[in-house]
Amino acid sequence: MSRRSLTLLKNLTRNTNTSCNQTRSVTYMPRPGDGSPRAVTLIPGDGIGPLVTNAVEQVMEAMHAPIYFEKYDVHGEMSRVPAEVMESIRKNKVCLKGGLKTPVGGGVSSLNVQLRKELDLFASLVNCFNLPGLPTRHENVDIVVIRENTEGEYAGLEHEVVPGVVESLKVITKFCSERIAKYAFEYAYLNNRKKVTAVHKANIMKLADGLFLESCREVAKKYPGITYNEIIVDNCCMQLVAKPEQFDVMVTPNLYGNLVANTAAGIAGGTGVMPGGNVGADHAVFEQGASAGNVGKDKIVRENKANPVALLLSSAMMLRHLQFPSFADRLETAVKRVISEGKCRTKDLGGQSTTQQVVDAVIANLE
Amino acid sequence: MTMATTIAKRLIRNRSSQILGTLNSTSPASRTFCSSTTPITATMFPGDGIGPEIAESVKQVFTTAGVPINWEEHYVSTEIDPRTQSFLTWESLESVRRNKVGLKGPMATPIGKGHRSLNLTLRKELNLYANVRPCYSLPGYKTRYDDVNLITIRENTEGEYSGLEHQVVRGVVESLKIITRQASLRVAEYAFHYAKTHGRERVSAIHKANIMQKTDGLFLKCCREVAEKYPEITYEEVVIDNCCMMLVKNPALFDVLVMPNLYGDIISDLCAGLVGGLGLTPSCNIGEDGVALAEAVHGSAPDIAGKNLANPTALLLSGVMMLRHLKLNEQAEQIHSAIINTIAEGKYRTADLGGTSTTTEFTKAICDHL
Repeated sequence: MSRRSLTLLKNLTRNTNTSCNQTRSVTYMPRPGDGSPRAVTLIPGDGIGPLVTNAVEQVMEAMHAPIYFEKYDVHGEMSRVPAEVMESIRKNKVCLKGGLKTPVGGGVSSLNVQLRKELDLFASLVNCFNLPGLPTRHENVDIVVIRENTEGEYAGLEHEVVPGVVESLKVITKFCSERIAKYAFEYAYLNNRKKVTAVHKANIMKLADGLFLESCREVAKKYPGITYNEIIVDNCCMQLVAKPEQFDVMVTPNLYGNLVANTAAGIAGGTGVMPGGNVGADHAVFEQGASAGNVGKDKIVRENKANPVALLLSSAMMLRHLQFPSFADRLETAVKRVISEGKCRTKDLGGQSTTQQVVDAVIANLE
Repeated sequence: MTMATTIAKRLIRNRSSQILGTLNSTSPASRTFCSSTTPITATMFPGDGIGPEIAESVKQVFTTAGVPINWEEHYVSTEIDPRTQSFLTWESLESVRRNKVGLKGPMATPIGKGHRSLNLTLRKELNLYANVRPCYSLPGYKTRYDDVNLITIRENTEGEYSGLEHQVVRGVVESLKIITRQASLRVAEYAFHYAKTHGRERVSAIHKANIMQKTDGLFLKCCREVAEKYPEITYEEVVIDNCCMMLVKNPALFDVLVMPNLYGDIISDLCAGLVGGLGLTPSCNIGEDGVALAEAVHGSAPDIAGKNLANPTALLLSGVMMLRHLKLNEQAEQIHSAIINTIAEGKYRTADLGGTSTTTEFTKAICDHL
């Protein structure tokens, strides 16, 4: 057993010596059988979805990554996610998806939300960070927004009391608040993050957000090494715009998380480059981090100028989740190199390239 | 059951005030004020902390500019007035109701129970339904954003801040978000009216109607109805997460924003952050019957109170908003230019803008520019 691992190590170090511009200081020790291909459900989605998921497929092919995609067609106008898609996700446990367009004000409830509720993906994670080589107004941004994904304002419980008066229920439970707080602190602990900030509006919504804060405070006590503080959501948005470097990990209920994640994504480079995903106890669905613009405009679809970077970085997160860290590293390095070189950028980053050009550049930069 | 009766009571009260009110509540600024020769009485709440100093500054600038306003000053009392259930006295509220116009400095809400917060009291008693905050980049004060020029109009009475919460069972809490047709129509009317009178071209309604279909859907329906009456103004609808992202990437895309309560709170503070913070942001609350209460939204800063270090810009700009509401546009423009020029010049700036002037020096510089 030790001789086999020794050969493995030798192979890895040999590879390191031949690629001279990157020294690898981390080697990952797989278990026997880890290299067998894993199935991942793929939902191309609407709008720019098919473009960017196709980009991921091409890059995975080029890397010979040990995953294969089971593609399913789902569109935002469907009333429910088809049963076979849910079966597939439950079997594979991991899914990659493009955006699903939600009709505004119509009778159909959002399929994105449905998917999250059925699979109980209670944590949504968006990693907003400055990419080297991409100029933005704000520097030193590295924020992870962890958002409660199942309840809160998006419980979907609305009714008309009398004509002209409508009520919507915002539900906060201790159970959900506790598990999202636990997830946030666990994430911070496992990723060497130093601070967790809870975002709330408990001065107005005393019971609801008060319950959320209580749960966060209780969990914070169990992690004495991580600093915990609280900030009111309107002050938070103001601080994000003025001094984003003060934030590290943020944990929020559903609605505020949506706003904070999109604001943070906007200041760090735009929603075209931020990775993210939704995770639950048993399943994980990876998609473009911030929810704004995940379907894109028709013009972008026609001209094929969608930005695949966000989904590529999310698929790198997915590879790590599937325990293929080396592939994830290679993919991320290639993508970051393409961005920092600045030659191949789509319209939202100030360039003129098409999606395919960016994909080709990434594949060319793969080691 | 009690909630339904509260809503019914509110509807009946508002309906009756519409019928009995002498002023047309759909055109809020229709009250004609006296010409500039007869003085107007306005209520002033200097507030706490740095409040009195900046109020003094405002009075000085207004007198130098020749604004015909007599100030009626009211202070927050130290005991709870049983008629209003708060530290604001009945006389103060009556004064605002009578004068129809007021200027409020920062008030620190005393901690404790058994009384309503000061802002809540003002809002409920004066029926202040819209909060208007213009945000524009001040030339000469550099922030990361140079081309901001937008106005946020926020519905101020209902939505998520209705304060109706209860614990269903242990560990499960419900909070009600209420949207009514009447309140949404009211604020949409004001938004379009404001856009028209101030020469703005576009009104954007911010919502999350793809998720909260009935509540934000009703808000959007009301905005659409009002938009039809103003065909010269472009109307668009933007989902709130798109809006946040666009605001931080390119704030020049927006003109007038109209939103329900919670989104308004967050977006207006976000926009304030884009231009330099709450110390520079004016704000005005519009109530039924043409009541306008301009206020400075920053805190009372007790640590620099009395030291002549405070920045009066927010209160001054709010005063300018008040003057525009009173249709004293000439003086409003004069004072506004004086403030902008003083800050742009950069010679006299208070500490929070990176300078070393005192409040009095800054005020004097503005008066000199008039």
